[in-house]
Amino acid sequence: MQAFTKLTAQVAPLDRANVDTDAIIPKQFLKSIRRAGFGPYLFDEWRYTDIGEPEMDCTNRPLQKDFVLNNPDYKEAKILLTRENFGCGSSREHAPWALEDYGFRAIIASSFADIFYNNCFKNGILPIVLSVELIEALFQEVSAGYQLSIDLEAQTITTPSGKEIAFTIDAARKYRLFNGLDDIALTLLQADKIKEYELERAKRAPWLFVEAN
Amino acid sequence: MSAKTLYDKLWEDHVVHTEDDGSSLIYIDRQLVHEVTSPQAFEGLRLAGRRPWRTERNLAVADHNVPTTDRRAGIADPVARLQVATLDKNCAEFGITEFTMTDVRQGIVHVIGPEQGATLPGMTVVCGDSHTSTHGASGALAFGIGTSEVEHALATQCLIQKKSKNFLIKVNGEVGEGITAKDIVLAIIGKIGTAGGTGYAIEFAGTAIADLSMEGRMTVCNMAIEAGARAGLIAVDETTIEYYQDRPYSPKGEHWLMAVRAWEKLHSDADAVFDKVVEIDAATIAPQVTWGTSPEMVVAVGDKVPNPVDEFDLVKQQSMQTALDYMGLKAGQAITDIAIDKVFIGSCTNSRIEDLRAAAQVVAGKQRAETVKLAMVVPGSGLVKQQAEKEGLDKIFIAAGFEWREPGCSMCLAMNADKLEAGERCASTSNRNFEGRQGYGGRTHLVSPAMAAAAGIAGNFVDIREWV
Ligand code: SF4
Repeated sequence: MQAFTKLTAQVAPLDRANVDTDAIIPKQFLKSIRRAGFGPYLFDEWRYTDIGEPEMDCTNRPLQKDFVLNNPDYKEAKILLTRENFGCGSSREHAPWALEDYGFRAIIASSFADIFYNNCFKNGILPIVLSVELIEALFQEVSAGYQLSIDLEAQTITTPSGKEIAFTIDAARKYRLFNGLDDIALTLLQADKIKEYELERAKRAPWLFVEAN
Repeated sequence: MSAKTLYDKLWEDHVVHTEDDGSSLIYIDRQLVHEVTSPQAFEGLRLAGRRPWRTERNLAVADHNVPTTDRRAGIADPVARLQVATLDKNCAEFGITEFTMTDVRQGIVHVIGPEQGATLPGMTVVCGDSHTSTHGASGALAFGIGTSEVEHALATQCLIQKKSKNFLIKVNGEVGEGITAKDIVLAIIGKIGTAGGTGYAIEFAGTAIADLSMEGRMTVCNMAIEAGARAGLIAVDETTIEYYQDRPYSPKGEHWLMAVRAWEKLHSDADAVFDKVVEIDAATIAPQVTWGTSPEMVVAVGDKVPNPVDEFDLVKQQSMQTALDYMGLKAGQAITDIAIDKVFIGSCTNSRIEDLRAAAQVVAGKQRAETVKLAMVVPGSGLVKQQAEKEGLDKIFIAAGFEWREPGCSMCLAMNADKLEAGERCASTSNRNFEGRQGYGGRTHLVSPAMAAAAGIAGNFVDIREWV
């Protein structure tokens, strides 16, 4: 996993609440058995006027003119600014995969859906929660060329005018993201504890340890 | 010892280890696997040279992509075919039990889990699918996970989790005639909103919940995720225990007796404290119909499509207007004036035998409206289908002009050939009415099975209470 330390990048404003995972990556693309290559289909139904199909070449597809990612001003954006309950709906990790593949490394919103929030951390994306007021203020400020600087270690966002906004993130998630660590390897360091738990649990609930089941 | 909620009990029972920052390693008793969210997880295992920690705790089934028409010819769409074949191959390689497409036990992952007794009270259950919350109906801690976590659970039989807060939703009293579990849960979401449960595990309680069958309870917990909660829970009672007796994967003999003794403790203590409590009077719940593109955009069938101008919150006002435009509806329009093009009875919310019985009862001896192009009934599993056919429900549906299909997710998310065309309007028993969910440009109205069936006969929404 790609580590996240510092990022200074352009911001794309997606002025919608409750952006669901079907909107982030429509289900026809979930048929892929790969992990990469979802970027061109990110927000497919909002981005293009035709219907997207898996494996399709997107270079000449007709664009939805007023969609933010089609605006040349936001071409280089790596930070997505959006509103409440971003990533609601399904558990598909294809949503953060698509965002990451497109080039987004951070998402700023007033709230996120739980599973999506969790999935971001597994894919090197930093989801940042700010108050509704701060989000509103950022939406007011954002324009072509607007950049934010994010410092994960200091847990701050700096605006072009030099204003610092602090954000919170739990320590374990921050540590893993900052170091780009693989969760499975970390958990397997606790293998003895897992085995100990199993022995003890098998006494309390032996029916869960019958091989045939 | 202080009083505990059901969620507290389940959580504590599965903690392997807790870190200083409060995150815990939680033991997983059962993982369900399906074709869409697992290929990259198996690939990850292979790349790292890892094997499943406990192979037999995983159970796999293909459901999202499978055709609901004759399966002998296989899957026409090559991309979907590859995905299902990849699941077959991965399960064979790693020794995981899979109900393949032609197995009578095949069906929607959240239908077959309880049906087989593969998901039991007191378990932690995970699946790479947000509607895993369904299994909480049996007093299990069940939640959806992403593909990285699927891989993590395969490799370690554990997940790293933070404890959620406790939310109690009490539905007091009795519901009126014609009101189902679906109406109860839609009414709850209408009240608390799609983010109302974010960060919480919701326990559903109260007389109206206790009165529900296991199937009804699954419908309620299924949609906990639509209220933002990863897990929905219902306490174990006699209904639960009776349901699990003699299921293929249920404990047997001495183990069954031990299990029942343990399960009887799976309820919140009388004086347990919840972080949030909402109470609803069951008698006030009318048949529900969603009008927008989020499950919280729901009203009673006798109501009108709401007017965004009446909404105080500007962000909400804007999403209401966007939803109305997408749905092709006008503010103030009566719900019963909305004409539909298609009917979909199915999905992990409403495809169990009780749902099919309720729908069949409505259509018996009647005919699909001429304006309704397609009405399809998709049983949740091969065994549900078999049972329905034994009861003659298939014949009732077919005689009424409804199509009788093979089990799977089908038009709930339209990954297979079953989809809405742009602009088509559907009365659907599924759980999500998001833009494009049932097909590009398709318009979804979420309702109960009886309401969907009645809409298929009338051609527009009707108040089922006037029909029963
Ligand atoms: S029926 Fe629908 S909601 Fe349920 S698992 Fe299948 S696609 Fe998901």
